[in-house]
Amino acid sequence: MSAIARVFDRCRDEKRAAFIPFLTAGDPDLRKTADLMQAFVDGGADIIELGVPFSDPVADGPVIQEASQRALSSGTTLSAILRLVARQRDRLGVPIVLFTYFNPIHARGVENFAEQAAASGVDAVLCVDLPPDEATEDVVPMLRKQGLDTVFLVAPTSDKQRIKTVNAMSSGFVYYVSRTGVTGARRELPKELIREVKKLRRRIDLPLAVGFGISTPEQVEQVARVAEGVVVGSALVKLIGDHAEAPDLAKKVESKIRELVTPLGR
Amino acid sequence: MARPVPRPDARGHFGPYGGRYVPETLMAPLGELAKAYDKYSRKRAFRNELRDLLTHYAGRPTPLYFAERLTQELGGARIYLKREDLLHTGAHKLNNALGQALLAKTMGKERVVAETGAGQHGVASATASALLGLQCRVYMGEEDCERQRLNVYRMRLLGAEVIPVTTGTRTLKDATNESLRDWATTVRNTHYILGSVLGPDPYPRMVRDFHRVIGEEARRQMKKQAGTYSPDVAVASVGGGSNALGLFTAFLDDKKVRLIGIEAGGTGDALGEHAARFSGGKLGVLHGTRTWILQDDDGQIATTHSVSAGLDYPAVGPEHALLKDQGRVEFARASDAEAVAAFHRLSATEGILPALESAHALAHLEKLAPRMGKRATILVNLSGRGDKDVESVLRWMEQHAPDGAVTHGNSAATHPAARKWAAPKTGPENEDGADR
Ligand SMILES: Cc1ncc(COP(=O)(O)O)c(C=O)c1O
Repeated sequence: MSAIARVFDRCRDEKRAAFIPFLTAGDPDLRKTADLMQAFVDGGADIIELGVPFSDPVADGPVIQEASQRALSSGTTLSAILRLVARQRDRLGVPIVLFTYFNPIHARGVENFAEQAAASGVDAVLCVDLPPDEATEDVVPMLRKQGLDTVFLVAPTSDKQRIKTVNAMSSGFVYYVSRTGVTGARRELPKELIREVKKLRRRIDLPLAVGFGISTPEQVEQVARVAEGVVVGSALVKLIGDHAEAPDLAKKVESKIRELVTPLGR
Repeated sequence: MARPVPRPDARGHFGPYGGRYVPETLMAPLGELAKAYDKYSRKRAFRNELRDLLTHYAGRPTPLYFAERLTQELGGARIYLKREDLLHTGAHKLNNALGQALLAKTMGKERVVAETGAGQHGVASATASALLGLQCRVYMGEEDCERQRLNVYRMRLLGAEVIPVTTGTRTLKDATNESLRDWATTVRNTHYILGSVLGPDPYPRMVRDFHRVIGEEARRQMKKQAGTYSPDVAVASVGGGSNALGLFTAFLDDKKVRLIGIEAGGTGDALGEHAARFSGGKLGVLHGTRTWILQDDDGQIATTHSVSAGLDYPAVGPEHALLKDQGRVEFARASDAEAVAAFHRLSATEGILPALESAHALAHLEKLAPRMGKRATILVNLSGRGDKDVESVLRWMEQHAPDGAVTHGNSAATHPAARKWAAPKTGPENEDGADR
């Protein structure tokens, strides 16, 4: 059983949803990313989504775009991110999902990447611009061979056939994109979200995590009632961006995480 | 009508290239788009309506023109220009924009978005939208808005909303990012009119098919005017590659015709100085397709440079990648300086201002034509007109050739007409362009 599966099992025993915060690796620099991941764990994260910065993040709204830009400006590379994971993974004690665009992986060769990522202690890979259709033949087998979970997305636009494909090709969990659009915090969750997740719940065998636009404890609570995992991204990335130079950045982030996990009874 | 081209495969792959590499949100909509395209492109009513628009609104067929003076000046093969510059709005781009706008309308979409580099595809999309009553938003890099100001105003006149893109390199690549983001958010009522043979399936094949008329006409016109269906060489510039595939597709099975695509050589060979994907790029994935891409070792997309905004893009259409592997299409590059020289030469010899994109194809003639026999023929896609580029060329000349001297080819020759034109500071005594 993978570390990610174990987390969801444990959360099920504790009758709560898993909390999955996101941050962009290297924003503002990789040293601070190490501190921030620790703050995530101290605050109550169950799994960490670690974003690999990309020059052309088409699935992201302005907040994560800017974070990617800051990370690239600070010289962040995929190799350096993997080295960071290798140093931190055991100490952190929570699974790490690498959240990335496909080209940085493609550039070093998928097989190569799979070996290096697994050796570094990465638990799962989620490629936002790699739908399962393009991953069936080589990417998924190569990642799985190294013991990595493969997480794919379901969107509000996904039809039954696509949901089936995602269900078949995913391991660890399935990520439901809560809105038709790009990442970014919104004041309100889409009205139909809860209904949609309940419907999807029946078609997905794995734990279901919901993300995109979730930013407040109230929203976490709403989503946690119907899903096994709640992802918060842009709200945290914005906090990190706004206080990048603050000496108590990690403390600020930790207390934000605490606030967000309160409704989960952590 | 033309036979279907048996590419790509059912999943949009051209051999190892192409595909659909997009966020999940866009996967089902792309499936719907492909289905709608496959359905309507076979329907007589749709085809007739499009043909009618192309004929009576856009001005097809465009002429094939024997460029006699240019032929004489280069002293070799007979040069024929396919005059897409004479198509309504001034570039080949309208073939595709009309096709996609009509498809969008048929699919019941109310709104379209488009990316644009040179502004020609934006103008074409704005035009088609005005004609068909669609709401239109165009994303354009801030840098391109500056160098193609005229087109920005044209789009606004046509009722489109132009959004300057300030992220990344502020050029076509970033305008494409924004278009994809917009589309991912509005896909239920919006169609994305992608402007070249790029992006996820079905775009590369759909855009190609809407442009195939270029080569089909040219082939018949060659027969009529030059006595042969088969020019010895066909040349086109390659940004994403739509005007090139529009021309080449009709000749792919005619092995007598050598096909050459010209990429932007910019100012040099280093990453960031050019947009020559085949000589400086690596296989990768960008904007939904797997193809040759200019990128660094870490898989970050590189900045590109070209004097021509329409060629200033880090990826090339996936079908071109396959055609290159198959040896069917050759690729070469023309530098900024060579393109600017060719721009001047065509203007002065034929009275035709070519788009800077097309000028890259023309620049290659300087190397090619003189080495071919006088009975040989070269067909060039004059993909657009150069009015939009006059300001850019003027600025380029002021920066790089203040004395008006333009070099072309490797010959370092100076084109007198160029000097004359671009030397506002010198008095009338120099207007004969004599050596100084
Ligand atoms: C006149 C003209 N030619 C060529 C191009 C390059 O595009 P493509 O390679 O798709 O023909 C453009 C793009 O803006 C253009 O405006």
